[in-house]
Amino acid sequence: MKLHEYQSKQLFAQQAIPIPRGRVAMTAAEAKSIAEELRGRVVVKAQVLVGGRGKAGGIRLANSPEEALEIATQILAMQIKGLPVRKVLVDEAANIQAEIYLGVTNDRAARRPVMIASAEGGVEIEEVARTAPSKIARLHVDPLLGLREYQARDLAASIELPREHWRAFIDIARGLYEAYRECDATLAEINPLVITGAGTLLALDGKMVVDDNALFRRPKLAEMRDLDEEAAAESEARKYGLSYVKLDGDIGCMVNGAGLAMATMDVIKLAGGAPANFLDIGGGAGADKVAAALEIILSDKSVRAVLLNVFGGITRCDEVARGILMALQDVPLSVPMVTRLVGTNEEEGRRLLAAKDLPTATTLAEAARLAVAAARQGVAA
Amino acid sequence: MSILIDKKTRLMVHGITGREGMFHASQMLEYGTKIVAGMTPGKGGEWVLDGKVPVFDTAKMAVEATGANCSVLFVPAKAAADSMLEAADAGVALIVCITEGVPVQDMMQVRSYLDQRGTRLVGPNCPGLLTPGECKVGIIPGHIASAGGVGVVSRSGTLTYEVLYALKARGLGVSTCVGIGGDPINGTSFVDALEMFEDDARTDSVVMIGEIGGSDEERAAEFISDRMSKPVVGFIAGRTAPPGKRMGHAGAIVEGGSGLAVDKIKALEGAGVKVAEHPDAIAELVAERGRKARRRVKR
Repeated sequence: MKLHEYQSKQLFAQQAIPIPRGRVAMTAAEAKSIAEELRGRVVVKAQVLVGGRGKAGGIRLANSPEEALEIATQILAMQIKGLPVRKVLVDEAANIQAEIYLGVTNDRAARRPVMIASAEGGVEIEEVARTAPSKIARLHVDPLLGLREYQARDLAASIELPREHWRAFIDIARGLYEAYRECDATLAEINPLVITGAGTLLALDGKMVVDDNALFRRPKLAEMRDLDEEAAAESEARKYGLSYVKLDGDIGCMVNGAGLAMATMDVIKLAGGAPANFLDIGGGAGADKVAAALEIILSDKSVRAVLLNVFGGITRCDEVARGILMALQDVPLSVPMVTRLVGTNEEEGRRLLAAKDLPTATTLAEAARLAVAAARQGVAA
Repeated sequence: MSILIDKKTRLMVHGITGREGMFHASQMLEYGTKIVAGMTPGKGGEWVLDGKVPVFDTAKMAVEATGANCSVLFVPAKAAADSMLEAADAGVALIVCITEGVPVQDMMQVRSYLDQRGTRLVGPNCPGLLTPGECKVGIIPGHIASAGGVGVVSRSGTLTYEVLYALKARGLGVSTCVGIGGDPINGTSFVDALEMFEDDARTDSVVMIGEIGGSDEERAAEFISDRMSKPVVGFIAGRTAPPGKRMGHAGAIVEGGSGLAVDKIKALEGAGVKVAEHPDAIAELVAERGRKARRRVKR
């Protein structure tokens, strides 16, 4: 789960990381009154969960409350990479002398957290990694020990930070690691961390991604999920314990198991079609889950055919077939559905579905071919 | 021979009194796995599965009383880290964690602790292990595979079952099937499993099923090219997966341009692995390699 900049910075502030004074606004009038409170120049920043806000014109400087009103009006009417801007953060403007990057994330290969710092802040770290890899310092943290003081000092020295800023930098780095731990984050990043004209360090922008699997023990973070920022079908799927990702094609996929679901998408592409979604209905594949999944798939108007691919292991194919037939009593099919049942009792499962005029296939390649043909015809088989 | 589990495996089941734990314990027992103990705090002293399996309050008591050397976990995600650490402290050599949804920071701590103790972990978020005809630890349907010489290692569940089923249909048996799981941080990697298969006398070829996310497949390719003498057939799921989206498995995500299926396929092909275009072709490629190998032997 991604957090907004304003949410991330508040969580950083709880770890005594200095952030600019400011607040989030839902309307331009609110943005103006925040600017009045803050006095002086402010920055109005679009709060959307995508990168590249600055380039898209979603971050602008305002010299007066009136200007803040005008800019907020414009930004709140924007869409950035397809996402409408619903909130703006109004922060007091900082006097920037230098920009640093500081982040912590999970290193899958090393199986431990890695702290990353660079004297080249303010741009995406992936960009720095491409153009100036030597400007990036990496430091692995023992997950049982946490980030130690000397390690944070090492990091400061590696990016050649002037010594007078070390104390502040070490506290911020350790605070950031604490925020990462306490939020079960998979990424916590300050970019840029600036050195101000007054010689202090300030976290100007923040980003956090929280491990969905840890939300059960982070109820306050779970409440921060911004439902406006995700497709309605994805929220709906989560309610039923289904894993759903919307894609651009026209063949809806319903599969048990994530690996098999990905493979099904791939085979549809090989057959000349395009998958409309990824959907894992999980083990068991009972009637209730099949019905919920079918409703979600059919709510996507671009779907012109459905491919159901289930491997029956411990749950036998005939049980799965009965589940499908029960689900179809509740959710009428508006497009053709090709089914493929493989595994235990597959013949019986196929026989049950064939009796209801659902085209069945034995191999995955054949199922994909049938689904692609059905989507092209666009009529119920 | 086989890898990780065989007839001598003495299994303890964490969460045996839960719905999932009880169901799969009965399936494992039916398959012939020696389940020597169950573990559920507060239920010590009970006997389950028609009085065949004693339940203990702690892993330590279970190991002391029964000599369990392997532990399988069917516990909720929030209890998984604790159960893995408890099993390791009780002294079992192999832990198989079926549980899905374990927080990744928990896994980093658990992995670090288990490494220090030299305890092997398979999973989490995995279907477990199957040595056909001998032992099943986890949830892989037992009847879909027969005993033989193909080693199978996979990040996926049902996709692996498909492959086992197709291998069996072609008369190809399996030495051991290892489900390493779909999480970003797990216990046993592809390289670990490949190394064990390379050293296993019964295994004559290997199927590895990977997917998008991380770089475990790339490291496997390096290992195969440097160290493996046995033929490997591969498959990588997720060629059509969009970047930045998690595809069901916590670990199946393309991030910052890394973890792409094409890169993994390229690396594996570079190491001499035959990579199947679709899952149906995997068993076919294994059969083909087997025929070639036999022809070489004849000459």
